[in-house]
Amino acid sequence: MIDKLDSTFRFYQDAANLRAHRQQLIASNIANADTPQYKARDIDFNTALQGALTGGGPAVTLATSASSHIAPAAGVSGGAPLLYRSAVQGSVDGNTVDMDVERSQFADNAIHYEANLTFISNQIRMMQSVLQG
Amino acid sequence: MSLFNIFTVAGSAMTAQNQRLNVVASNLANADSAVSSNGQPYKAKQVVFESTHLGGQLGGANANSASSGVRVSSVIEDQSPLKMVHDPSHPMANKEGFVAMPNVNVVEEMVDMISASRSYQNNVEMMNTAKTLLLKTLTIGQ
Repeated sequence: MIDKLDSTFRFYQDAANLRAHRQQLIASNIANADTPQYKARDIDFNTALQGALTGGGPAVTLATSASSHIAPAAGVSGGAPLLYRSAVQGSVDGNTVDMDVERSQFADNAIHYEANLTFISNQIRMMQSVLQG
Repeated sequence: MSLFNIFTVAGSAMTAQNQRLNVVASNLANADSAVSSNGQPYKAKQVVFESTHLGGQLGGANANSASSGVRVSSVIEDQSPLKMVHDPSHPMANKEGFVAMPNVNVVEEMVDMISASRSYQNNVEMMNTAKTLLLKTLTIGQ
C-alpha cells in the first residue's frame, strides 16, 4: 500500500524537482546576462523527466582506488545532462544570453512549477478523502 | 532545495550591477574633473564581470554545479586618450593652452547606466518569482 502511495506522488515530485532545478539554471543565465564569455545553459525538460522516471541519465559511480574497494551495486542517477543554448544573435563579448528567451522560459517554467504544485495538492486531497472515507 | 539558490544567484547579480551603477555615477560625476586625487586627469573606470560557481565541483553530474552567480573581478581604467580642450585661461593649461580633460564618454555612460538598471530590475523580478514559488510550495497539502 505504502509503495503505491509513493509511486502515485513520485511523478509529480520528480517533475517539481526538475522544474526547480531548471528555474535555477535560467536564474543563473539571467544573472550572467552581462558577463563576458558566459554561455547560457539549460536542460531538455522532457528528456530529463524521462531519465528521472526510468532511472536513466548520466550515472555517477564511486571512484575506487584499490582492488578491495566495494563497487556500488547500481550507479546513482545524476539527473539531466546540461546543454548549451544556441545563440539567436551572437554578441561581441561572447555572451549567449538572450534576455527575451530567458525571461519567457523563466515565466513558462514558473507557471509549470505552480501547476505541478496544484496537481500535487489535488492528489493529496484525493488520497485523504479516500483514506477518510 | 535549488529554489533557494536563486536568491543567492540573483543577489550576487544585484550586488554586481549595483557596483557597475556606482562606477557609472563616479564617471559621470567626474566627467569634468581635470585633476583627480593622484594629480592626473580623471580616467573613466569600467567594471569587469565574472561568473562564480556556487554549487558543488562535480561537473555536469551535480545538480548544483550549473548555478553560477556574478561578481566583479576587477575595475579597469579606460585607456583611450584624454580629451584635449583649448582653454588658455584654465589653471591646468599647458604652454599651447590645451587642458587634458577626462576620457569619459557621457553618452556611453548613460547607456551603461540604463543597461545596469534594467539588469537590476530583471534580478529583482526573478527574486519575486522565486519567492512566490517557494511560498506556494509551502502550501502543498493544505
